This record gives sequence, structure tokens and C-alpha cells, in this order.
Amino acid sequence: MLLDLTEDQRAIEDVFGGFFRRECPTTVVRAAEPLGFAAALWARLADLGAPAMGLPEAAGGGGASLADLAVVADAAGRAIAPVPFVDHAVAGRLLARLDALDDAVLDGTTVATLAVRPAVAGAPAWSLVPSGAVASVVVGLVGADLVCVRGDGPGTAPRNHGSMPIADRSTAGGTVLATGAGAAAAFAVALAEWRTLTAAALTGIARSAQDIAIRYVNERHQFDRPIGAFQALQQQLADLPIMIDGAFLLASKAAWAGDRGTPGTIDVGHCDVTDFETLAAMAFIFAGEAAAHATDRSLHAHGGYGYAEEYDIQLFFRRARGWTLVAGDPSKECLALSDRLYGPAGAVEGSRG
Amino acid sequence: MDFALSPEMETYRDDIRALVAEVVTPEVTDRQHTTGTFNSYELNRALAERGYLERAVPGLGKGDPVELWLLFHELEKAAAPVDGISMALMIAGVVAHAGNDHQKATVLPDLLTGESLVSLGYSEPDSGSDVAAAATRAVRDGDEWVINGTKMWTTMAHEAKWILLLTRTNLDVPKHKGLTMFILPMDTPGITFDAVHTMGTERTNATFYDDVRVGDEWRIGEVDGGWKVMGVALAFERGVMGGTAVGIPLLRHFHEWAAHEVGDDGRRAIDDPVVRERMARVAIDNEVATLLTLKAAYLAGTGALPGLEGSMCKIFATEAYQKAARWFAHAAAPASLLQFHEPGAAADGWIEYDLRHSPVTTIYGGTSEINRNNVAERHLGLPKAR
Repeated sequence: MLLDLTEDQRAIEDVFGGFFRRECPTTVVRAAEPLGFAAALWARLADLGAPAMGLPEAAGGGGASLADLAVVADAAGRAIAPVPFVDHAVAGRLLARLDALDDAVLDGTTVATLAVRPAVAGAPAWSLVPSGAVASVVVGLVGADLVCVRGDGPGTAPRNHGSMPIADRSTAGGTVLATGAGAAAAFAVALAEWRTLTAAALTGIARSAQDIAIRYVNERHQFDRPIGAFQALQQQLADLPIMIDGAFLLASKAAWAGDRGTPGTIDVGHCDVTDFETLAAMAFIFAGEAAAHATDRSLHAHGGYGYAEEYDIQLFFRRARGWTLVAGDPSKECLALSDRLYGPAGAVEGSRG
Repeated sequence: MDFALSPEMETYRDDIRALVAEVVTPEVTDRQHTTGTFNSYELNRALAERGYLERAVPGLGKGDPVELWLLFHELEKAAAPVDGISMALMIAGVVAHAGNDHQKATVLPDLLTGESLVSLGYSEPDSGSDVAAAATRAVRDGDEWVINGTKMWTTMAHEAKWILLLTRTNLDVPKHKGLTMFILPMDTPGITFDAVHTMGTERTNATFYDDVRVGDEWRIGEVDGGWKVMGVALAFERGVMGGTAVGIPLLRHFHEWAAHEVGDDGRRAIDDPVVRERMARVAIDNEVATLLTLKAAYLAGTGALPGLEGSMCKIFATEAYQKAARWFAHAAAPASLLQFHEPGAAADGWIEYDLRHSPVTTIYGGTSEINRNNVAERHLGLPKAR
């Protein structure tokens, strides 16, 4: 048992945490709006080997674990970096597992992404694909097929809450990588990886929201004292580190389960859950709540200034919601999670533990 | 990170599970709700006989806080009556940490037999959250101390052999610096108690100290150093042994009910999407509460005193528990109103019990507000606001 980062992961945290602090202040985030993609930043991140980091060594990648990638995702989330690190890493790993990886994805000159919401059979497009505006490779389910479509993205995104490079992407002209149960299983693993890494990124957003709030309430004076001295604010802000710690532990447990690669257990009656896809769903839902709550409380602590574009907290507030809701309705994700935990609704015997 | 239990830990957990399945019968669980004493000597003895008590006490035996977590996690998940044994182990840990040779030779082995309980004498009629304002006086008289005062919420005092007592020994210094801790036999002349009955069935007590004369060998920690001893006790209470797994049996009990009982509308609660969403959210909260508690235990294992992490997991777990109790009471209404042994009671009465019991969990062992103050001041570095 180890509930801290490994030494290697601390080194990863130093490198990428430092990189994003240095290279991605919020001026860079603002400059990349409304598209939400900073090509120069992505190129510099590629120089550090980030796009290939999580790809298998045999394919020329860095062989990093999901847990290692979660450390980078956390750092990217703290900076709300306008780069498709998570989407690209997850799509690349899926392509590698299906022997469909190419050098352009490996070095990041081509952005790959995952259509996180499947399209029904015959649907002309995946809607609002994360990084779909800038990706040249899109992998996703169309009915029972796992399809890879190549071709440049539109380069623009519909104006959206999170200033994300999302776009509808055509399902036509793609290569079928797998079909039936094999396709569903491969997609499920990729989606669980996406949820795990996005959970880590959302945790990063929550961390920054907390830091911004603490800085502000120490600076801002009302009634002749810093507003951070008022218990009413302190009590609200005290929830943030709890949710952040919980979110990061849960995302890390999901990553651990994913890296283990062995079937886990789902015994919710004894809170004994080691199944990767289940933990990934839990981590994503909880981190979404944590990021939403932390940015909400942080914005509120700013008073009217929190609502002003000039202050950075609004950048984090919008992405906390955007990075969560791009996957669809969280309530529906809870229902899908319930199917895993308790068996499907309407089943004669719903119990799995 | 690595969340796997070692093979040794897995064996330990399986042993505890087997023991709980054997000893914590429905009769044992039921008895706490009829007597109001949340303790089972059968369980305590069984744990003692296998050496698990000594093994689990911080600083004794194996002294691995992760094992201590495993022990309490398994007991709490089974809804076993653990209030007696958790206080006994907590105070065994305090004695092992801060006790003198006399206490280590008398109190400690006694607590490890599983036959003896201890009560915590911190709060008073006029001091609860402001626990350092304790007014119970201990005054030196030759080689002895003379103690006078009143303590509130001294749960188990009616059964306990020992009482841990926070007293005021110095009126001339700031309040935190004038406290001294004692551990006394409950049968010391001058100690009496009255029952205080609670909404959650559990009986607690008020205890009275009337010219109680004790020797200095019963003092634990330094004279005027009681606050330090208190910190050790609270770090254990709020974290590893602090009832942070209460949501797990609640979910299990509700799940069993919801999967079988057909409501007035002809369908089972578990098929209702609103209920299913909430069951998923409660499962997530249980996982988070478990991880936060495990982290506190893990930190203690690295030599830290996880007071802050204990505060954090207690806030989260108890508030999530209250939310879950409210949700499930709604979902199972009106059967959730029926108490233990009433025909048709949801989950045999557990849902009603949790609705009734959950309010106290954000109060005892430090209110959510006091714990949030700790987090705000010590974690976020905000100015002291009291």
C-alpha cells in the first residue's frame, strides 16, 4: 500500500507542474479563447514528449502508467491548459492497443481524440467531440463498430461555456478497428481512461480554485479586516481541500485499478470496489462535483469581482462545468454506475453485493 | 499509489470478517438498540482472545494504523456495537503514548482484555466545543489530588471501569495551558453518574466528581499538559476509529430493502431512476469517505498525528451519512418511519434508526464547525477567527 505519489511521479509533477506554471499563465488561456487550443503550447508540450508519454514503449512511446498520466492531467487542470493532453493520450493508447498508431499521433503533430459519446448505427456524426475542432484522428463507437476517422478538424468551435475546442465530427469514411463485443470492450477501457484522467484534470481545476480563493480572501479587506478572517467564509472554504483530497484519491485509485489490468471486485455492500470502469465512473462524477463546488465557492468569495471577466476565477468556473458536461448528463452517468453496482433496473434480482 | 492490501493485511481482514460473522449475531446487534449500550463484551472478548486488540492499539503490538483502520472498517460495516471498544482502544493508545509505568501496568492490560471499558470526560455542562474551558478542578493536597466538577456526555460511564478526565489545574495561564488529564477508576469514592437518554437510543451520562481524592499516579501527561494528551486522543477519535463508515451499512440495508419490496405504485424502489441516482451517489460518497479515512490511517503509519486529516474525513463522512439517511428515508417512505421490530419497517427499521442517529454524528467528537475551523486555520492558513 502506498497512498503518496511515487518518486518518479514526484519528478513528473516537478517537470509538468513547472512547465504549466511557466508556459501557461492565464494570459495564455485567455489568448487561446474562444477556441481553447494553443498550438504553440501544444508544440512545446510535445517537445517534452507529453503526447507519446502514455503510449507503449514497443510502439515508440514513453510507457507511462495511467497513474503517471493522472499527475500530468492534474497539472494541466491546475493551469486550465488549452491543450488536448487527456483526449490525445487516451485516443493514442486505444489506437496502440488496436495496432492503429502512427508516428504523427506519437509525436503529437497530429492530434487524436476520443468521441466520448457513441453515435448510433448510421448516425452521420458524433456530436460535440472533445478536441474535435483540432483533432485529425477521431476514434469512437458507431453502433457496434469502433471506428477511426482521419481528416482535419474544422479549426473552429461553436461558442461554448468552457471555451473548449469541441466540434461535431463526421463518422463517414472511417476504418472499422473492431466490432461487436471487442469494440465495446476496447471503447469501455478508453472511456474509463478518459474519465480517470479528466477526473485528475478536474481535481487540478479545484486546486487552483482553492488557491485563488485563499489568495483573494487574504488580500480583500472589508470591515477593517481580511474577509478570510470571517468564519462564514472560512466554513465554506474548508470544504474545498476535503473534496480535492477525496477527488484525487478516487482518481488515483481508478488509475491504479486501470494500471493493474486484472479484473476487480464490485462489492458495494462492503465498499470493496476495485473494478476499473466502476472506479473511473465514480472518480469522474465526484471530481466533476468537486470542481463545480470549488469554483462556485471561490467565485462567490470574490463577491462581484468574481463575476467580472477581468478576474481569473471565471475561467476556471466555466471549464469546471465544460470538461464535465461534454460527456453528457452526470445524472445519467450515475444511472449507468448504478447498473454496474446494483444490476440493471427492472432486473429480477438486482443485487451484486 | 498502490491501494492493494498486503497478503498479511488481507488475511487479517478476512479473519476479522469471519469473527464478526460468528460473534455479531442479529441478537447482539439488536441488543444495543434495546439497552442503549452500544457495546458487546462477546465481540470485545473475541477480539482480545485472538490478540487483535493489542495488535491494533497505536504504539503497541503491531501498532499499524492501517490495521487499526481495517479492524474498525470491518466492524462498522457490519453495524457492530463498537462504541465501547473504540473508546477502549483509543484510550489504550493514549496510555501507550502518554501514560506512566503505573498506568501501563494497570489500565493498559485491563483495556486489552476486552472486559473493561473507559469513558471520556471532556465536555461539561458549560463547555462543549470550547472544551479547553473545562472548569472541573483538580487541586493538589499533599501527595494527592482533589477533584470537583461535572462532566457531560460521558458515554459508557455506567459500564466503564475507567474514566479519562480533563481537569483545570491552573487558573493563572491561558485556558489551554492550565489543563491536566487524569485516568481514574470509576469506582473511586466521590464519582457518581446520572443517565442521559438520547434520540438515537444510545444512553449516555452526566458524571459528578465530589471531593474525589486520587494519587498522582493517576495523572496522565504533564501537570498543565492536558491539552497535549487531548490532541492525541482526538486524532484517533476523528480519524481511524471515528465512525466514518456509517454510510456503508446504511446503503447495504437500503439496497436489500429496495431490491425486494414493491411499493404502492407496484414497483420496487430500486427500479426508480431517482433512487438509483442517489444510490450511485451514496456509493461514491462511501468510497470517498473510506479513502479519506484510509489516508488518515496511512499518514499515522508514517509517524504523523493525522488530526487535520481526521477532521476532514469526519466532516465528509458524517455529512454524507446524513444526506444518505434523508434520501433513503424519503425513498422508503412511509415504511421508513417504522422502527425496529414493527411489521413492514423499511430494512427492518434500520432506515428509521439512521435518520434518528445521524444528527449526532456531526456533533460528537468535535462538531463540523469546529472541524472546519481546524481545516480553515491549519490547512488553508486563514486567520484564527475565535
